[in-house]
Amino acid sequence: MAQPETPETEPHSEHTGDDHGHDDHHEQSFVSKYILSTDHKMIAMQYMFTGMIMALIGGFMVYAFRTQLAYPGISVPGYGTVSAGEYNALVTNHGTIMIFWVAMPVLIAAFGNYLIPLMLGCDDMVFPRLNRLSYQIFLLSAIVLVVSFFVPGGGFGGAWTAYPPLSAKAEYSLTPLGSTLWLVAVALEFVAFLIGGINFVTTAMNSRAPGMKMFDMPIVIWMIVIASILFMASVGPLIAGAVMLFFDQNVGTAFFDPDRGGDPMLWQHLFWFFGHPEVYVVLLPACGITAEILTVFSRKKMFAYKTVINTALGTGILSFFVWAHHQFISGIDPRMANVFTITTVIISIPIAEMMFVYVATLYGGSITFSTPMLWALSFVVEFLLGGVTGLFLGASGADIYFHDTYFVLAHFHYTFVPIAILGTFAGITFWFPKMFGRMMSDKWGKIHFWGTVIPFNLIFIPLFMLGAAGQHRRIYSYENFPELAVPALQDLRILATNSLYVMLAFQVIFLINFFYSAFKGKKASKNPWDSNTLEWTAASPPPHGNFPGAMPNVYRGPYEYSHPDREDDFWPQDEPA
Amino acid sequence: MSEAAADHGHHTPAFYVKIWVILLMLLGVSLAGPEIGIQWVTLLTAFGIAVVKAYLVAKNFMHLNLERRYVVYLLLTAVAFMFLFYAGTSPDIMNHVGRNWTNVAAQAEVERATEALNHEVPHGADHGAEPASAEGAEHH
Amino acid sequence: MKPIATTRSATGIPTGKLAVWWLIASEIVIFGGLLGSYIMHRLGHPEFGGYASHTNTVAGAINTFVLLTSSLTAVLAHHAAEQKDGEKAFKYLWFTIAGAATFVIVKSFEWHHEIEQGYTVTANMFWSFYYCAAGLHGLHVIAGAIMMAIVSFRARAGKELQQVELVGLYWHFVDLVWIFLFPLLYIAK
Ligand code: HEM
Ligand SMILES: [Cu+2]
Repeated sequence: MAQPETPETEPHSEHTGDDHGHDDHHEQSFVSKYILSTDHKMIAMQYMFTGMIMALIGGFMVYAFRTQLAYPGISVPGYGTVSAGEYNALVTNHGTIMIFWVAMPVLIAAFGNYLIPLMLGCDDMVFPRLNRLSYQIFLLSAIVLVVSFFVPGGGFGGAWTAYPPLSAKAEYSLTPLGSTLWLVAVALEFVAFLIGGINFVTTAMNSRAPGMKMFDMPIVIWMIVIASILFMASVGPLIAGAVMLFFDQNVGTAFFDPDRGGDPMLWQHLFWFFGHPEVYVVLLPACGITAEILTVFSRKKMFAYKTVINTALGTGILSFFVWAHHQFISGIDPRMANVFTITTVIISIPIAEMMFVYVATLYGGSITFSTPMLWALSFVVEFLLGGVTGLFLGASGADIYFHDTYFVLAHFHYTFVPIAILGTFAGITFWFPKMFGRMMSDKWGKIHFWGTVIPFNLIFIPLFMLGAAGQHRRIYSYENFPELAVPALQDLRILATNSLYVMLAFQVIFLINFFYSAFKGKKASKNPWDSNTLEWTAASPPPHGNFPGAMPNVYRGPYEYSHPDREDDFWPQDEPA
Repeated sequence: MSEAAADHGHHTPAFYVKIWVILLMLLGVSLAGPEIGIQWVTLLTAFGIAVVKAYLVAKNFMHLNLERRYVVYLLLTAVAFMFLFYAGTSPDIMNHVGRNWTNVAAQAEVERATEALNHEVPHGADHGAEPASAEGAEHH
Repeated sequence: MKPIATTRSATGIPTGKLAVWWLIASEIVIFGGLLGSYIMHRLGHPEFGGYASHTNTVAGAINTFVLLTSSLTAVLAHHAAEQKDGEKAFKYLWFTIAGAATFVIVKSFEWHHEIEQGYTVTANMFWSFYYCAAGLHGLHVIAGAIMMAIVSFRARAGKELQQVELVGLYWHFVDLVWIFLFPLLYIAK
């Protein structure tokens, strides 16, 4: 069954010369096993733990600035008083970190690296050393970002969208070094994900197990691949924009300076041409994770598998047509605002359809409410709220009022939190047994689940209300806004902040459950959830090379649950007919 | 050598040299174009020929004609996205007036720069000796 | 040792080549964003025509000639590699690298002269775009030359001959970008 090796595959072919031979040694030192490994599973872990550390940093930031908002002027325990400049830097870097250093590395890079080779029945990614390089560049980018908080002038405070002229001129931003380091960090992160993305896409296109057709791939793989393609296709103009902004900051060009012939609107277009597809870049992998979990725990064949994939492809393409809905009141041509309103309304159709298909998968299934399933279900429910409020904002008329209020902020947190938090926990709790060979505690998992989801709603529903009341974003203290400083609104701020504390506190339970289970949890079998996909046919955790002995062959699609002709209610993809 | 190449459906060195000669001739035409001095001819010889050259390189040197179709579609899609970007962005950047809006700063810059060019002084703090040539200002 | 994954080819396109196509696609959008931004400004600002009249068409034309020729040698290297003639591929790759070097040398004379005359990157928007676009392209030229040098030695040793085609593809793309930069920056005045 093993894939015949082509002549090029002689052991020790050309690599030993220029490679220091790391991947050729079998008794590995700590460094070559954990740090310089080219094994996709180890790289996935590196991405995941780096993402977790960055999530802690981003979480600490939100703790500091939310405390300032609820209790203005207070000395935040563990931080100190938050000055106006620091407030800006905290908000900016919180957003940047959560999107680029948490959502992307965990959802795409960690799950992508872990799952793609395993689910496709390969021994590794197609370019293992490129994969390692991708992580190393990513790590460097994270270090640069963290360093930027500590340079003279402090971290960049011009918002994660980095609109010029604020971001372009040190006289305005007051962070001469911070803003450049921020930009360099983001650009490096893009390079890391470009390299990683090419690896993912090539692997999925070329290296599927014998017998596995395109439409036999699990949905999560499709989603990660489509997301990588979206990223690659949209990030180019922003890379060009980053070069221009860098020149504006450090060389004195005027690309975005209207006084000298430049145009700040150009940056907004370059940014959002990437920025909107980017939200689907993180959304799709979370949708994919959810799809896997929903089918496994309702023991039903995925409803309309091909439709889900076509929808994702369609949404991906459409996501390139809506970007200027972020700029309705930046001074874009009103005729273009009409066009972008229409495209924005259209894009909500396929996304809504995808959610309906998920619900249809559940319908009539025999559902188990395990921890991963709870996360997956909550993703569908909460994301719907986020998506629906997007429609309010997409109508350019309504957006004149809503733009840059907390309504927008609540909208995108109702999308990003389901994606990056609920979706990620769904994935981690589901694949934990495979990753670490042990089970997580279901009881503590559920406690963590409720302790996260309830406070999440208590944080952001008040923020919707504040936004509807006209509260603008990115304001350090509302004390100087008489109509916003009223107690009724301040109470909502306090409610949101206090709920945040609760939510953060419950994450400690997760961390304990995670690390305790990784070392001391109940041993997991190969296939604890009776799942069909190939990763569950490997040992838990899979050894180097994933499928020692024989590489799997594939005979059917991934979602043959409760097939009428079979006694078992699942039918692994690699089981001969 | 050439029979083996034919087996692969690829071309021979002589063929590549032929393409190269055509490319050089096209380069010559694109250089000659502006000499005629008619603007649309210049644009045609400049960009029309660039497209032809690109086509020749992509087809014959990159062998896109022998590659799977979808690789061509992939590259064309990337190009198409750039046209999309252009279509959505240029109304705000290229135009300086629109319905109910005026880009005052850009208009002022055009005016200032045109004025400066007419006075044959290149713009910029550190401008050097050579003055802007008079033909430069001809187009508008 | 290469993983089994690398040797599979469900699409029929070898893995390395498929990756290069994706790389080129992602480069298209990088240059596309930059050149698109330039064209918008160019068409919105008639004064760019005046600024552009100071670019050195002769230098641009020489460099176009150099890159077109180096594309020829790159494809001849590919041809040699297909005949399993690593020596010859090595030779042609080094002709191509020589082309890259010539390109960079011509560019540096050109830039030196322009900067001396006061046409620096901050002189005005046209020159900012000029240096940015040509500079980004120049970095690709240098990167391509380095990759070709690495591949050339492998080819001479008769290893990884398929990589000659891959660097060649990348090199043709670098040439393609210049084919458009040339009229944009030098001819349309
Ligand atoms: C995929 C899930 C989504 C995510 C992750 C997401 C994310 C975001 C983010 C981050 C912003 C704010 C950016 C900023 O100003 O800082 C935003 C704003 C916006 N979103 Fe979404 N969004 C999603 C879905 C949608 C949908 C489905 C629609 C409409 C159908 C939509 C419409 C909008 C609009 C119109 C704005 C601009 C509001 C304004 O700035 O005034 N979004 N979204
Ligand atoms: Cu959007």
